[in-house]
Amino acid sequence: MSETMLKVRDLQAWYGESHVLHGMNFEVPKGEIVTLLGRNGAGKTTTLRCIIGLLRQREGSVTFMGEETIGQSANVIARRGIAFCPEERGIFASLSVRENLLLPPKVAEGGMSLDRIYELFPILKKRGGSQGTKLSGGEQQMLAIARILRSGARLLLLDEPTEGLAPVIVQQIGEIIGNLRDEGFTILLVEQNFRFAERMGDRHFVVEHGQVIDRFDRDELDGNRGKITGYLGV
Amino acid sequence: MMDLLGIPLPVLMGQLLIGLINGAFYAVLSLGLALIFGLLNIVNFAHGALYMVGAFVAFLLLDVLGIGYWWALLLSPVIVGLFGMVIERFLLRPIADLDHLYGLLLTFGLALLLEGLFRQVYGVAGETYAIPDSLQGGYNLGFMFLPTYRAWVLAASIVVCAATWYLIEMTRLGATMRAAVENADLVRAFGVNVPLLVTVTYGFGVALAAFAGVLAAPIYSVNPLMGSNIIIVVFAIVVIGGLGSIKGAIISGFLLGLFEGLTRVFYPEASNIIIFVVMAIVLIVRPAGLFGKAA
Repeated sequence: MSETMLKVRDLQAWYGESHVLHGMNFEVPKGEIVTLLGRNGAGKTTTLRCIIGLLRQREGSVTFMGEETIGQSANVIARRGIAFCPEERGIFASLSVRENLLLPPKVAEGGMSLDRIYELFPILKKRGGSQGTKLSGGEQQMLAIARILRSGARLLLLDEPTEGLAPVIVQQIGEIIGNLRDEGFTILLVEQNFRFAERMGDRHFVVEHGQVIDRFDRDELDGNRGKITGYLGV
Repeated sequence: MMDLLGIPLPVLMGQLLIGLINGAFYAVLSLGLALIFGLLNIVNFAHGALYMVGAFVAFLLLDVLGIGYWWALLLSPVIVGLFGMVIERFLLRPIADLDHLYGLLLTFGLALLLEGLFRQVYGVAGETYAIPDSLQGGYNLGFMFLPTYRAWVLAASIVVCAATWYLIEMTRLGATMRAAVENADLVRAFGVNVPLLVTVTYGFGVALAAFAGVLAAPIYSVNPLMGSNIIIVVFAIVVIGGLGSIKGAIISGFLLGLFEGLTRVFYPEASNIIIFVVMAIVLIVRPAGLFGKAA
């Protein structure tokens, strides 16, 4: 097994008084796509927000490349080389497409060049001067992914990148994420769309009530389909 | 004698010039307020007091250290800006998560404190600050006399407003600031030190107030109450322009100054309230302000 990039141990988190993560345990090997599966409200998004440091009420251990990040704030964690693409996409309305794309600062060497990004997402070059939120839903999702590729971060946290998108766009996003793995990015993907997740992921963790309750590698999916659909309630 | 609607042209132009000069101060002050409101969500009630402190720093630099106008124009904004950064870091940041009303109350208290302090030491009569030699005199434009210092105030404010607008709208730093106004958390998650950005923005907004204070020193007397006299009008202008709108603050600052000047010519009795009348009308017709985005 390859080197572990991210390791989450006994991660607990709270929103005010309510205890939402009850000891998450999983790891993300370098160069793989790992998915967190689960129903709405299981704690998947919360887990990503804890890893990047946006949720401050958290305990346990999150190590990235062997270094503990649990007490650090988001801007420090991001500088270590983790990039976050939120579920609501977070395209800024007061910024143009180009400004949105150039917003995240470089955190390390080796980020994707702007030319390569435009090659992967030609629409972003064409619409560069438009207001960010004037793009269609699919284009906004592409922009949200594209802008975290320049920074040099090696671990991408993608929160439901296919939500609310037409099948043909989901297909495109899938190809892009596949490309990113081929280019050496490590990806932690939160998904409710199991068909998409099973196509993309090298390994899968099932989350329920703020805990990992089961895990499957890619080649274990076929024998466990009944179990998984049971977990996800689909 | 040239007349326009029964008003002698030199009188009309003279009032318009006064209006434009007032407008320049309104614009620079409301610009700083808009910047601060955008990023901190705080209505900075201390803004007028810091404008006054800016003027006093210029006065003290000259009076105590013999440092003249041009250096004061640079040093006073830097000193007051640093003071602002200390205020943000140690007074405003600890209450940033509370209701915004607390920030308003705190800055209001700060304004009273600063004014009281300077009143205690300098009284209310005010100190005079001479126009620098290089800006003495004026130009006869034929239809009116244009004092050099007023022309300079106008030019300097326009340049400062335009430069600030450029910084916010056209640079990467500005884009980061605009993004942080919309979603500070996400900008942090990209690795930007947003708390530092907030501190610097507050310092910059406050430095603009101090800059206006230095410009004002030779025109008005340097007076502990000069800030509270102007700040209410500036608040009205920020509301008219649209809370947090940079362009709105600049344009409505100059326009309302002019408008106030015109009112002084045609119906002097209304000149003190005209801006508030405009504010009321704008709030009824466009609650988000002339350049604000509807919530």
